[in-house]
Amino acid sequence: MAKITVNQERCKGCGLCVNACPKKCIGFSSEINKIGYHYAVLKNEEACVGCGSCYQMCPDTCIEVYR
Amino acid sequence: MEKILSRPKALKDFPLSYCPGCGHGIVHRLVAQAIDDLGIRERTIAVAPVGCAVFAYNYFNFDTTEAPHGRPPAVATGIKRTNPDKIVFTYQGDGDLAAIGTAETIHCANRGENITVIFINNANYGMTGGQMAPTTLLGQVTETTPFGRDPLREGYPINVCELLAGLKGTKYIERVSVCDAPNVMKAGKAIKKAFQNQVEGRGYSFIEVVSHCPVDWGKTPLEATKWVKDEMLKIFPLGIIKDETK
Repeated sequence: MAKITVNQERCKGCGLCVNACPKKCIGFSSEINKIGYHYAVLKNEEACVGCGSCYQMCPDTCIEVYR
Repeated sequence: MEKILSRPKALKDFPLSYCPGCGHGIVHRLVAQAIDDLGIRERTIAVAPVGCAVFAYNYFNFDTTEAPHGRPPAVATGIKRTNPDKIVFTYQGDGDLAAIGTAETIHCANRGENITVIFINNANYGMTGGQMAPTTLLGQVTETTPFGRDPLREGYPINVCELLAGLKGTKYIERVSVCDAPNVMKAGKAIKKAFQNQVEGRGYSFIEVVSHCPVDWGKTPLEATKWVKDEMLKIFPLGIIKDETK
């Protein structure tokens, strides 16, 4: 059991976490946030192993990892 | 489930002014994590540069001062000599450290001041809109080299690590990158080592972080990290350049 949470208001939608995820379980939201970006969301919670690659790559420290 | 990774205490919960995908944010977190890990937050003083990281005092949760362009090593020298018990580091970009502040950088290193220098190399002047820096690669198109950097006209990219390694005052020099997750973790270890050296009084430590600047390079964040891996790391090879701390 593992998951990540993304700070939706801070995420700038750069996609570095989406690319870094070895399980390809992160995607973009369909809505935009207050600063105008499609923020990252955990699309497939079952696939997440909590490796923290997304956390390492996030330039805005928007991601928290739970395991 | 338990929270295993989250914002370090030394990094304020404050929105960063950097462009989407910028490497600065990653390095800020690594610096903050190293300071948390070593338990030195209450006695750390940072010296911010002029450049994209000019607002570092808004982001770091410890004392931070601001130096004129290129002068952080001089300011850090003064702070460290008057407060030898404090942990002093400078955070500088390539325009600041390798162009405008070359004299300060070289003489501070040559004096072997017991400080830590974090150098962000993103191959251009980011804040002013992407002009050529001393670290710009040959052939790289920037605002001031629209046909690519030509060595006959603009000279060659400066490898600052190798330049400083020749000075007797420097003790630890390593080049790292933040182009992918494994490299980010290695960069975190290098930055922690650089602070550990200062805590133990081992002398001048210098960490060059080869970083990406997606907006000024005209690339997406993914293209930019790929360009770092494919092009920049050929000119700026990673690894420990000098280690006289043992």
